[in-house]
Amino acid sequence: MDPVTVTMPEAGAAPTADMPDLIQVEDLKVHFPIRQGIFQNEVGTVKAVDGITFEVRKGETLGLVGESGCGKSTTGRAMIRLRDATSGTVRFDGIDLGTLKSDALRKMRRRMQIIFQDPYGSLDPRMTVGSIIAEPIDVHRLASGDAKKQRIQDLLRIVGLDPKYVNRYPHEFSGGQRQRIGVARALAVEPEFIVCDEPISALDVSIQAQVLNLLTDLREQLGLTYLFIAHDLSVVKHISDRVAVMYLGKIVEIGPPDVMYANPGHPYSRALLSAVPVPDPVLERKRKRVILTGDVPSPVNPPEGCRFHTRCWLYEQLGQPEQCRTIDPPIRTLTGDHGAACHFAEQAQASDVGVSHIEMTPVRRGTPEAALKTIRPELAGAQALEHTVDIAETVIGGPPTTGAATTDDGDAAATSGSSDADESKTEGVGGPPQAPLS
Amino acid sequence: MAADDTMTEPDAPSIVEVSPDDARRTQTPTEPRAGSDRKAEKLLTVRNLSTHFFTPDGVVQAVDDVSFELGYGETLGLVGESGCGKSVTALSIARLVPNPPGRIVAGEVIFDGIDVLKMNDDEMRHLRGKEIGFIFQDPLTSLNPTLTIGYQIAESIRQHMGLSSAAARDRVAELLGKVGIPRAKDRLNDYPHQFSGGMRQRVMIAIALACDPKLILADEPTTALDVTIQAQILELIERLSDEFHTAVLMITHDLGIAAGMCDRVNVMYAGRIVETAVVDELFERPRMPYSWGLLDSLPRLDDVRGDRLRTIEGLPPLLIQPPDACRFEPRCRFARDICREDEPELTKRGDSHYARCWATEPDGWIP
Repeated sequence: MDPVTVTMPEAGAAPTADMPDLIQVEDLKVHFPIRQGIFQNEVGTVKAVDGITFEVRKGETLGLVGESGCGKSTTGRAMIRLRDATSGTVRFDGIDLGTLKSDALRKMRRRMQIIFQDPYGSLDPRMTVGSIIAEPIDVHRLASGDAKKQRIQDLLRIVGLDPKYVNRYPHEFSGGQRQRIGVARALAVEPEFIVCDEPISALDVSIQAQVLNLLTDLREQLGLTYLFIAHDLSVVKHISDRVAVMYLGKIVEIGPPDVMYANPGHPYSRALLSAVPVPDPVLERKRKRVILTGDVPSPVNPPEGCRFHTRCWLYEQLGQPEQCRTIDPPIRTLTGDHGAACHFAEQAQASDVGVSHIEMTPVRRGTPEAALKTIRPELAGAQALEHTVDIAETVIGGPPTTGAATTDDGDAAATSGSSDADESKTEGVGGPPQAPLS
Repeated sequence: MAADDTMTEPDAPSIVEVSPDDARRTQTPTEPRAGSDRKAEKLLTVRNLSTHFFTPDGVVQAVDDVSFELGYGETLGLVGESGCGKSVTALSIARLVPNPPGRIVAGEVIFDGIDVLKMNDDEMRHLRGKEIGFIFQDPLTSLNPTLTIGYQIAESIRQHMGLSSAAARDRVAELLGKVGIPRAKDRLNDYPHQFSGGMRQRVMIAIALACDPKLILADEPTTALDVTIQAQILELIERLSDEFHTAVLMITHDLGIAAGMCDRVNVMYAGRIVETAVVDELFERPRMPYSWGLLDSLPRLDDVRGDRLRTIEGLPPLLIQPPDACRFEPRCRFARDICREDEPELTKRGDSHYARCWATEPDGWIP
């Protein structure tokens, strides 16, 4: 099998500014009570999400970035009502999720799904891959009997796993392959919206790219809408149509990544960008970094005024203006789709902190052109295969001929006893989980 | 640690063409040195190191015939994905490989002129406490939750520098100030849980630096931290290693960190070093398909959005009885028959640049 080098013509080229909103979040707050003592008295609240307003447009990927504890995961969960909002509303296709009762909510859940970060913790170790994917199909009574079997196999194929392995258990798969199972489970109910909660953070670099490509392809093919939660700004930039930056329960900046990354309007975004390492030693030497001092303040007791002012380099530069300490700045539009919540966004944009070093060069280092020309024709031909087969670059076990076309050997009767031995025979592609090392 | 009795004569050096002038900057093995010669020109020489794990499923060759050198004050990166053997390499240098199931089965580790694998327990204690400092990924599990951080930092100072407890206390406060912990003197009696993740990592760095070590082994020191805190910690490690002229072995999966921190980088794959070069050279002219793949599959800040990522297909091989073939061959788009028949050596590609690949050899098929 050949690695994927196909360039998707329209990948990521979806301008979504004129698409209707799929989800509207209005002044959403999610607070958690802190209880103490034998009577469990409430002694405070963790303001995980503290009044955020934004929308997710149909067909777009909205990236949500921030450091741990900033409330990004809680936001994702509240948006599909895995968490109840303390106040504020989440409207999905115009329907207020907060008002839905059990049956109506369940019906609604078919339209929204989630992919979790930890591919080890999010799959039941006692269930086979087939039954993991079948569960949502059963709950929503979408198919039964042979139709269900067929559907499970189709789903496995879509996410690039060999349908033969429907009777295997999660521990027989590597991290990347498990994440594909999680994707297949989410897709089982044909949702419109998927919350991807750090879906690649637990994976190795080369596997991350495989899963990222898979998610991009599925979005194009199935017309999905994503909320993509991550802490890695490079990843979010790669996959998102718009990016929202969160700090301490608030969105501080939102906009299309090309515009926002080129000239962020919030001092926090600038600091974040300047902290991301770039795999280019020359660039790394000439960048200007802002090193933020101290840690993120506690969300139990967020600072008055702008929440970032306690760590803000611009606040210091401007001589500690009073309004930063007293007035919480709302998000205001800078240009078109780009907005930031800072009293002094213009001054932030005028500074060279954080971005001046990044030259947007279309040249990737990596595989040299000269090398690409040496790929032999019979291998190059494999690249021209149908797209879904390209997704299947890590089909576990067998070469594509076993999985891609026939349905009978993908029958649920494939034994899980069939062992790692025949996997390693197949040119080492796939193979059992990694060696037990570091 | 029962490494000593399993020592064998080192095999022939795995790098062949070496000219005297580049011997200084490469991992070229030089003539074996007498055990007690302290005047080494390199701080650390690892020669043909093999560390295996003896598991019920078979012998896992986690580190296989790895050789490299590290100069005084130099920062060397060890880059690769999980399971490639980079952490085991670092643990082997300090003989911290859990035994059983792990064992150093061959090779030499010469630290400051002395063979670490032949040291007795006293010498080992001195080496680990005084000469080598450690920074691990997870500061919460590497600190003892039941002891104050003041005690934990002072422990090695009292052991190895022979200071009185009052003098040790002053030194601890000074160290905490150096690593950027505010109100250091007031915090000596605090416990690890009273510090945030970034602050705990600073405490770890203070412990690592406590006795002015010559080498710091930093194993993914910022992987558990947020990106702004990561920037703080990396800056700190860089500044302090300059100030104290400490060499750093930086183990990371993040090519961005390697690019920003290291003088030289070793890329590891499946228990072997597959490419080594000075950092600029490696990122500008990598000569090994795995290095290309790593760079290709990384989304970058300076990318134009929307390009599809090139991926490396498949998974790394199991390290139980790896075949005598290029270990990357099953995932390599450029592989030809020779790659399946014979494993390539690390050979020279430029000034102190070595790669393990048939295709990019001078007479290979990739120019």
